[in-house]
Amino acid sequence: MPLLSFENISIGYDNNPILENLSFSIEQGDYLAILGENGAGKSTLLKTMLGLIKPLDGKIVFDVGVKKTEIGYLPQQTVVQRDFPASVWEIVISGCLAKDGIRPFYAKEDKQLAEANIKKLGLEDLKKRCYRELSGGQQQRVLLARALCSSDKVLVLDEPVTGLDPKVTIQLYELIDSLNKEGITIIMISHDLQALKHANKILHLGHETFFGNKEDYLKSPLYQIFMDKGGKQND
Amino acid sequence: MIELFETIASYFQFQFVQYAFIVGVLIALCSSLLGVTLVLKRFSFIGDGLSHMAFGAMAVAAVVGLTNNMIISMPVTIIAAILLLRTSQNSRIKGDAAVAMLSVGALAIGYLLMNIFPTSSNVSADVCTTLFGSVSILTLSTVEVWICIGLSILTGLIFVFFYNKIFAVTFDENFARATGVKANLYNLLIAVVTAIIIVLAMNLVGSLLISALIIFPALSAMRVFKSFKSVTISSAIISVFCAASGLLISIVAGTPVGPTIVAVDIVVFFIFFLIGFIFSRVKKG
Repeated sequence: MPLLSFENISIGYDNNPILENLSFSIEQGDYLAILGENGAGKSTLLKTMLGLIKPLDGKIVFDVGVKKTEIGYLPQQTVVQRDFPASVWEIVISGCLAKDGIRPFYAKEDKQLAEANIKKLGLEDLKKRCYRELSGGQQQRVLLARALCSSDKVLVLDEPVTGLDPKVTIQLYELIDSLNKEGITIIMISHDLQALKHANKILHLGHETFFGNKEDYLKSPLYQIFMDKGGKQND
Repeated sequence: MIELFETIASYFQFQFVQYAFIVGVLIALCSSLLGVTLVLKRFSFIGDGLSHMAFGAMAVAAVVGLTNNMIISMPVTIIAAILLLRTSQNSRIKGDAAVAMLSVGALAIGYLLMNIFPTSSNVSADVCTTLFGSVSILTLSTVEVWICIGLSILTGLIFVFFYNKIFAVTFDENFARATGVKANLYNLLIAVVTAIIIVLAMNLVGSLLISALIIFPALSAMRVFKSFKSVTISSAIISVFCAASGLLISIVAGTPVGPTIVAVDIVVFFIFFLIGFIFSRVKKG
């Protein structure tokens, strides 16, 4: 059974559908890249997946072993966060909250989990530092550690490399690759064609949709059109 | 110097001074706790909007002839807080416009009512008291003091109990929501507690100056401290210190209570601003 399947789903706001009748499914351990131009509905799809907005039609089915809230999420940065006084530790451990339910304070396991994820992402030295004083790449790693605290099964990444310099971008992709190798399912929105290198499945949104393996996508006419447009944008 | 202490000590023999002190410190403590969240959520002006609503409600209470106006002002302010929060989510009318609309509307209607149905011979003195709170803090009844103590303890408990959730919802509402934290519920809680604090704080500083009580300690703390916990704790300490010293100064010097407290808050803000500025300079070398 697939980890996550979308059955004839329509998404959008206020009954104005952006995408209609979309079906696809994700297996455990997949690395799915969601591509498409601005306005194609990538972010809306993501928000629907996370349960932030309701689908207009159709349904999302989760595997029995996965709860709806067991999706780790790396959102795009908001204005509020840029000057937020919070330590790295406070942010990472807040990823554990979902599991805690009504309990007011963090349990010992929460602290161990946060500690482990800080170590995994190489943030030990920054633990007590203030989030707003970190570089863009460091901030993304902090948010990634928080996402890992909330789920060790699925990670949803919303344009994780936006605004990072090329070197840090490569490092972040490598980090995500290594998480994927550990068995964590990755779902990533990207403008960046580099994402193609790392993913094994592609969902292309636009006038035509494509869902399938990367190899098939690279042969499809959609890819050619996307490449041409992407090439022009980068000039 | 000793004379000054003696003067203060002699004032503290009066029960109304003791009451004013207890209530002032408690209100300062509660308002600063929520201030950090409100400032970070870009809701600084919600305090202003709600306090004007409370002013309108108080005017209605006075006209109707209620002795304890909290009976009307508390529920009205809570409902207004919930409505304001909803509108900023639906964004049909933008959040700031909704706040502005409600606040000036309530202020105008409130003053209008007090003028048309005057309850005492000196309407403008009444209005001035409600706006700047100078007298009401010194005329608290025992019941009002106990209500204030009870609600302050409640606010404190709610804050401590939900501290981690409040942090999560403030820092990243979407993430919290996606991982199953009931963000709407906590937003509602924040709104209700804010409304309670505002109605309480009207006694201390009056409805025009409440925002100052909410935002100044938080802003001061944020200049210097870098984690959410240290900002919260230090803003509580700053707020209590400012309220206490403001009260003392106003008793000794005979200045109006609310503006004196806010003036101390402003001075402390500039001190922290300077400290923060020097710190960041030293760091950069």
